[in-house]
Amino acid sequence: MAELYSIKDLETQFHTREGTVHAVNGVSLSLQEGETLGIVGESGCGKSVSMLSTLRLIPQPPGEIVAGEAIFQGRDLLKLSREELRHVRGAQIGFVFQDPMTSFNPVHTIGKQLMEPLEIHLGMNKKQAWDRAIEMLKMVRIPNPEDRLKDYPHQFSGGMRQRAMIAMALSCSPQVLIADEPTTALDVTIQAQIMDLVLSLRKELGMSIIWITHDLGVVAGIADRVIVMYAGYIVEEARVKDLYAKPEHPYTLGLLRSLPRLDMDEKKRLASIEGVPPVLFKKPKFCPFASRCSFRIEKCLDENPSLMLVGENHKAACWVDTYTGKER
Amino acid sequence: MPEKDVILHVEDLKMHFPIKRGVIQRTVGYVHAVDGITFDIYRGETLGLVGESGCGKTTAGRTILQLYKPTAGQIVFEGKDLVKLKNEEMRQIRRKIQMIFQDPYASLNPRMTVEEIISEPLLVHNIENGKEIHDHVRSLLELVGLNPAYVDRYPHEFSGGQRQRIGVARSLALKPDLIVCDEPISALDVSIQAQVVNLLEDLQKEFGLTYLFIAHDLSMVRHISTRVIVMYLGVFVEMADRKTLYENPMHPYSIALLSAVPIPDPKVEEKRKRIILEGDVPSPINPPSGCRFRTRCPLAQAICAEERPEWKEVEPGHYVACHFWYNTKSLQRR
Repeated sequence: MAELYSIKDLETQFHTREGTVHAVNGVSLSLQEGETLGIVGESGCGKSVSMLSTLRLIPQPPGEIVAGEAIFQGRDLLKLSREELRHVRGAQIGFVFQDPMTSFNPVHTIGKQLMEPLEIHLGMNKKQAWDRAIEMLKMVRIPNPEDRLKDYPHQFSGGMRQRAMIAMALSCSPQVLIADEPTTALDVTIQAQIMDLVLSLRKELGMSIIWITHDLGVVAGIADRVIVMYAGYIVEEARVKDLYAKPEHPYTLGLLRSLPRLDMDEKKRLASIEGVPPVLFKKPKFCPFASRCSFRIEKCLDENPSLMLVGENHKAACWVDTYTGKER
Repeated sequence: MPEKDVILHVEDLKMHFPIKRGVIQRTVGYVHAVDGITFDIYRGETLGLVGESGCGKTTAGRTILQLYKPTAGQIVFEGKDLVKLKNEEMRQIRRKIQMIFQDPYASLNPRMTVEEIISEPLLVHNIENGKEIHDHVRSLLELVGLNPAYVDRYPHEFSGGQRQRIGVARSLALKPDLIVCDEPISALDVSIQAQVVNLLEDLQKEFGLTYLFIAHDLSMVRHISTRVIVMYLGVFVEMADRKTLYENPMHPYSIALLSAVPIPDPKVEEKRKRIILEGDVPSPINPPSGCRFRTRCPLAQAICAEERPEWKEVEPGHYVACHFWYNTKSLQRR
């Protein structure tokens, strides 16, 4: 498999009244052709901000991309001119946002909004764009697409809006689709519809997907490889089966243990992770998870571990081997 | 099994909200938010009420507390029908039925300190005063795992999980028997959810509390509940003890809903077959005739549009509202 998209040492900060928040602290990842990469973490862990940063979609100020590269087709997206970047965004990299209620413009019809990227990126005329928009709505299984194109976003249900958003993101046949919590605002039966849709479109269109979510269940069903983030750092990276079968970072382990399982009749107490994630006003000198970690050793408070290889295609940022309790 | 002690009985409860239009605010229709539900809550249990957004589960919880005046039905608590009570009598009952709200950001007054928030129910009901209240608030904070030194802080100084703990402390102040928990953890991060659920379970053991636990997270409901009710578009479709509902669901909607929940294990996910329900939940303004679920049901027949299915006890304690409850096994493929 060839590497399609890669991010190197990305750092993003937000300058707020309370101080500078270090939201993304040196994130590196690569996306292979045809693969689905899941990025998991809790709110504020930097999973969305890192992806938004690479397409320069964060407001600057207060945001600032301090360092890093985002290489797509041999070019660094962070160094492109606005005009050049515009040809990448929406055309070659599609983006699906979390909230289908607010990511459409309420005063334009769905049709107009679906046609816009087609006219801009692919140079279609109105008629061609209209036909293609109908095709796209059909692809995401919205009934009566000819009529629905004339509707305004408020006339669509949440699930349909998310379908239309996916149609828009895929309309220019991008090579990469970045989906930022695309099912979080939806009910579970509608989430199942959307996951089913994306999985079948991936087969049909052969694109690569970055799927950002906080739901470890969703990732288990959709991703080939998973990245776990905490406090702006990648703390673990593995193939999906390895991550769930043998989580190596105490945070991943804690998250998995704190989840009750639908398919298991257990009444035992949930293993919760005590405390709350930190807001980083300074880059930590030691492991940002140390204060909540039950495996903590002295070294954890002296030095922040970087990602190290702990198995085949499996990396974790932790000084401790969670299976022996000893230092790696 | 010992005789079950019914703490709350609900009989054919309906809550229809009028839709008003025009200058004279004429009623042009009704939202059938809750449309005839009957159930008991037993003392000491956790009754889980699950359903998707708009199914009426929150309205059901609020109506029990008389936060809305129900359109029809009875709510019997300690031998009294709450619907018929005068305001003052209801106020007395509210000491025994409390509520924990979904949004820990909106349910605490930002201008009040923690002490003011938690002591308000004590003052309103004129139970304690001065020093007593002061000590009581501190002990409540300790009970929910917060530092008693935080009494003078304001809600914004706390994280979401801590705020939900404040809400729990407030609901415990009057030593209630029954607490309606309306999605108490859905606004919280995964690692914090377990903390709050553990707290609720500990408190239940310590004080013998009864919970009505309203949620959409089916995995968490399985963990916390004794019995579970599944709701769809204003009506109940199935009710059973926890194990039966999750291992042997009979209503097509329960089966589809359970199959749609992702399980955090790729090996299980690989083998699972999801039942993908077509379309969306219909509007509760004009709900479908007969069975409410028929428009999305893979097993629907002509009779489903004509007759509302009976709420039938198909085995002891297991209720299903489906014409074809005996024939839904074909949907269960794991």
